Amino acid sequence: MSIHNSMLPLTDPVLVSAGTRVPRPGATLARRLVRRLPTVIAAVVLLFFILAAIAPYLLAPDDPLAINPAAAFSPPGPGHLLGTDESGRDIYSRIIHGARPSLLIGAAATAAGLGLALVLGIAAGFGGRWLDFGIGRILEVLFALPGLLLALVFIALAGPGVGTTVLAVALTTAPGYARVIRGQIIALRASPMVEAATVLGRSRWRILTAHILPNALAPVAVLATLGLGQAVLWAASLSFLGLGSPPPAPEWGTMLSAGRTYLSLAWWMTFFPGLAIVILAGSATVLSRSMKAASSQ
Amino acid sequence: MTTLKPVLQVTDLNVSFGPDTVVRGISLTVNPGECLALVGESGSGKSVTARSLLGLAGRGAHVRAKTLSVAGYDAQKLSTRGWRKLRGAHVGFILQDALTSLDPLRTVGKEIEDVLRLHGSASGSQRAARVIELLQAVGLDDPVRRAGQRSGELSGGMRQRALIASAIAMDPALIIADEPTTALDATIAAAVLGLLRDLRRGGAGMLLISHDLAAVSATADSIAVMANGRIVEQGPRAQVLEDPQHPYTRALLAAAPSGKPRFTRLSPSAGAPSSAPQPSGAATTAPPLGTVDAQPLLRARGLAKSFPMAGSADFRAVSSVDFELFPARTLGVVGESGSGKTTTARMALGLLVPDAGSVEFCGEPWSAAAESARRARRPSLGAIYQDPLSSFDPRLSTASLLADSLSFGATRNPRSYSGEISQLLEMVGLHPDLAPRNPATLSGGQRQRLAIARALAPKPKVLICDEPVSALDVSIQAQVLDLLDELQQSLGLSYLLISHDLAVIRHMSDDVLVMKAGEVVESGATESVFTNPQHSYTRALLAATSSES
Repeated sequence: MSIHNSMLPLTDPVLVSAGTRVPRPGATLARRLVRRLPTVIAAVVLLFFILAAIAPYLLAPDDPLAINPAAAFSPPGPGHLLGTDESGRDIYSRIIHGARPSLLIGAAATAAGLGLALVLGIAAGFGGRWLDFGIGRILEVLFALPGLLLALVFIALAGPGVGTTVLAVALTTAPGYARVIRGQIIALRASPMVEAATVLGRSRWRILTAHILPNALAPVAVLATLGLGQAVLWAASLSFLGLGSPPPAPEWGTMLSAGRTYLSLAWWMTFFPGLAIVILAGSATVLSRSMKAASSQ
Repeated sequence: MTTLKPVLQVTDLNVSFGPDTVVRGISLTVNPGECLALVGESGSGKSVTARSLLGLAGRGAHVRAKTLSVAGYDAQKLSTRGWRKLRGAHVGFILQDALTSLDPLRTVGKEIEDVLRLHGSASGSQRAARVIELLQAVGLDDPVRRAGQRSGELSGGMRQRALIASAIAMDPALIIADEPTTALDATIAAAVLGLLRDLRRGGAGMLLISHDLAAVSATADSIAVMANGRIVEQGPRAQVLEDPQHPYTRALLAAAPSGKPRFTRLSPSAGAPSSAPQPSGAATTAPPLGTVDAQPLLRARGLAKSFPMAGSADFRAVSSVDFELFPARTLGVVGESGSGKTTTARMALGLLVPDAGSVEFCGEPWSAAAESARRARRPSLGAIYQDPLSSFDPRLSTASLLADSLSFGATRNPRSYSGEISQLLEMVGLHPDLAPRNPATLSGGQRQRLAIARALAPKPKVLICDEPVSALDVSIQAQVLDLLDELQQSLGLSYLLISHDLAVIRHMSDDVLVMKAGEVVESGATESVFTNPQHSYTRALLAATSSES
């Protein structure tokens, strides 16, 4: 019995005609994002910092390391927009040039954290009861330690540097992502969609790669945007404690730390790098929240 | 009766939300002791009407009427406080889902007492006594114990009775019931409708809202049929049911599967005149069985399945189920919720391993085979579900879903299968223009057609249909049932059809299994089982459905 020799329209197609055209889901998502002003502002701010990271000389022509003792501790004004530090270096230039290490560490740490979380989450969600149990306990131990402490312990063992900062922050953020990925996979494994794919004769591998993972990762993308802001904050905290790039490198956390000594004398040395951290982390949070709202509508 | 003042008088009621008018100039009158049924399909505006009568039309709703007299009050002049006095005291409201209407953290007795406390002035002990009296009046056994239980501890039928008790606590002049029995099993629904009939005899007027013309026909004195915000037909029950004037009413009556012989069209077909149901060319019985090679496609022997329960003995979902499904035949499985129908279907699909017994497919072991061995044979055994949307990958378009199914999972790119995709869509009565759409943007009926198309793509011999039409409106249900009939006749498919709806099973099946509490209580050829039921449960089920129609 072949389907093809009896392919006739059996029911009146007019009853169920196409109706009005519905735009592609991607297009409506973009429109929803644009409709919200805070989202637009956050996106513009993030793009500004990304541009600063790619081409800092475009936004700040001054050398961030150029010393000018005569102009030390100049307050914000026409010559130096955001003032100068104890050696007369321009704070604005240093902040713009500091965007690269901050964003780079943030993005790399988020990516590394996600990668680690993917391995753990998929193994826990798909590897059977014992693996799930084992990974679950490891994650609980990681959750039990305060994040900064965990990162400090890791740096103490591995020595300071950009690479270790990235790994330390990744290690701190991975358990959260891993939990979400595992939860998504477990929920999707029991979903009618996966049951239907099983009934159609799909293999376990095909179901994992074609149905479960793409659907499980959508909410993770939202989390990762949120995590980017968080990772920038972690990285700044570590360099504030002297475990990131050493001074006089233009790094936001290092600048905060250096300005702390002169807080009563030159508040701008601390205030503006701190503001940069807040604005960048805040923008990432706003953007991730609107992504979440748009995807759950 | 005519000298009494009506408890509900509505003339020219309009309800709009912004630019959308959802109720257009309807008029209703309910006299004391009378029950008016407002019947319509989803989106007809019947629930908005009910809510407008209670001042609960919702945010942004604009309600206008020439007269809107509810329980003797001019509702258009009521303040928020006035509405509150009216609701509960003079108008009782019964909703479909008692689980969400009752506070899960408070006892049923407290919920009913609230109504008495807010609207009456009786003392605490008088109220407690009245609660017990009310629970007894709605037919709950052991009312003292029930009053101390929370809604989660009660069954669906008991919850609905408790909700009715709270609605009638103040002896309201008008009771509005919105789909009061839709969520209930047939035997329980019949009992709840009986209770509503008794209330009406007590003198209250009743507005009964339902999507199901058959379900309300035994309770209502008069019927108003609603479509697209308008009342298309209104009159005494017998007149509307036996001599319907409007084509929509006729289509609704024709769409109900109860009492229609097998292979009778339920939906108006493209060519045939739209009113009377026409037998579709073919014989009205199933194709005769070949006596020589009458090998069952699917055979189950002694199937049993238990699930572990926390803190108690294992729950026996299915115990000892036998059936045989022959080529080009339909085996109906009917039973109420918890009877083990879906567990049986999942074992037949090879998704659950039976504790005992076995399933054979095409004469070879199926449930006993390893999944890797089953996988190659799975295309011959398809399935459709109650909620088709949840069985689709939400990221895939209609065309991609079909490409995935046609290619046995090798690709989702619809380009190489565009011809086959159009043919499949047309075969299930969908316009090929729908191919690029995401299934989430399709209607309920279109989604189920798409689910059928996807199941048909690998050319199955057997389709297992688990409640395929229970989420659909009656007229859409009729179209989908007709489609399943047509596909069976043209492709020689076999169906294992699972439904709680006796009328659907009776209309669609050659043979039937009646299940109760995990066991098959009766089985055999459909007509002989239903015309001459042997088991008391089958008789009870039949009685419950016939009292509705």
